[in-house]
Amino acid sequence: MGSKVLRTENLSAYFRDNRVVNRVSLSIPENMVTTIMGPSGCGKTTLIRCFNRIHELIPGARVEGRVFLRDEDVYATDPMIIRRRIGMVFQRPNPFPTMSIYDNVIAGYRLNGIKLGHGERDAMVEESLKKAALWDEVKDHLNRKGTFLSGGQQQRLCIARALAMNPDILLLDEPTSALDPKATARVEQLVEELKKTVTLILVTHNVAQAGRVSDFTAFLYLGELIEYGPTEQLHTAPKDTRTEEFLTGKFG
Amino acid sequence: MNREKTRMRVIKDWVFVAVVVTLSFLAIVPLVLILSYIVKNGLSSLTWEFLVELPRPVGEKGGGVANAIVGSFLLVIIASLPAIPLGVSAGIYLSEREGGRLSFLTRLAVEVLHGTPSIVIGIIAYLWLVIRMGRFSALSGGIALGIMMLPVIVRTTEETLKLIPDSLKEASLALGVPYHRTILKVILPAGLGGIMTGVLISVARIAGETAPLLFTAFGNPFMTWNIIKPVNALPLVIYNYATSPYPEWHAIAWGASCVLVGLVLALNLTARIIARRWEVKF
Repeated sequence: MGSKVLRTENLSAYFRDNRVVNRVSLSIPENMVTTIMGPSGCGKTTLIRCFNRIHELIPGARVEGRVFLRDEDVYATDPMIIRRRIGMVFQRPNPFPTMSIYDNVIAGYRLNGIKLGHGERDAMVEESLKKAALWDEVKDHLNRKGTFLSGGQQQRLCIARALAMNPDILLLDEPTSALDPKATARVEQLVEELKKTVTLILVTHNVAQAGRVSDFTAFLYLGELIEYGPTEQLHTAPKDTRTEEFLTGKFG
Repeated sequence: MNREKTRMRVIKDWVFVAVVVTLSFLAIVPLVLILSYIVKNGLSSLTWEFLVELPRPVGEKGGGVANAIVGSFLLVIIASLPAIPLGVSAGIYLSEREGGRLSFLTRLAVEVLHGTPSIVIGIIAYLWLVIRMGRFSALSGGIALGIMMLPVIVRTTEETLKLIPDSLKEASLALGVPYHRTILKVILPAGLGGIMTGVLISVARIAGETAPLLFTAFGNPFMTWNIIKPVNALPLVIYNYATSPYPEWHAIAWGASCVLVGLVLALNLTARIIARRWEVKF
């Protein structure tokens, strides 16, 4: 099963007094795709937003429990360092509207004031866009604004932007929920490719998608981790009746 | 029956459109009337000399308002220098912090300042600056105008930045970019067009202010670039010359009105163009 890259211990997340993630303990294996699936509002997104310390930015939001990135306590480290090591792609594509495609890819360096050589920059843009399977479509107009791309291309640009930072983990928060079926297929195909080099954590409410792309699946319901295991096992022989009901479409 | 109903609807629709179109035209009428009147009366005095020469004594023909143009320019610069950074910073603060006591107080202060009559601001500047310095000056006039710019800039900055989706801020923070850099390098550039528009509109607003200048910048028949001396300004020229008994001076007041209106129109148009050109799509 390989080594564990991310581990949570009794992780709970709150919005004021409202607990949306309830004592979740789970370990994410390296260079695999792990999906977090569950009905809308079950706390999936909030859970992964605790991994890169984005949850705490919302006024009134609070986290309890612990998260470890390899052996490092995430909540005892500078959040800026953690966020550079755990990349994130959001539900809706959000390229920086004032920047070109080129600048969007290296935004993590530019905005952080990290200086790169000219050649180094070009190489990184090309490599990241290739990894995100976008290079062939945009290589001739890298100076155009990122927002001119289609939704699916924008989402892959956001993936390239996250990959450029060379993260240990890439969090994908329902990355295809705003995309059409064709663009969705491209992103899913990309996820397959990416797991060779990076650990992926994918949030989805789509059972079929979880089955298609992931090696491990966690089922979250009402903020609690109901079941977690290899995708095939969870899909074919769920241990918990709630998992089974969700998989067969009885709710969610 | 059914056909009749449809006919009634079509007629109602037609009447509604007619009323709306007529009323919109009526709304333009005052502007067109004022503009054409000013141009008709002012155009004859608008010559190159009018823009580059100094005013002449009573009785002598000709002369211009170069000193007032320079003075207005000085006043706008003096007003903008503190008002833009202060206003933009306050706008950022308010857009970032919806609640909280300080933002409540700031918002209230901005609202009150926006509603304060310009003559009151002039009197305050007179009491605080002119009396202390012992003289009228461009500096005191500029500061009075700067206070008037402030609420416009704060409001437009706040409103512009509030329209920027949070997802953009999250995108930056998720790359490990510190908060202050996120504001300066992601949020501000995305709102720059709107902020510039606000600044230009606030300049247009103060360019025509007369009341606060009466006892601060005061007016000056000579050319000066010295900011601690009294300076002339276009609205002061209009006020002083239009209330004089000499017809030649009335002509100058019309000419100055023409220049001022042209300037304000140009500022507003530029603001529009910037808003359109720099519009950021999210």
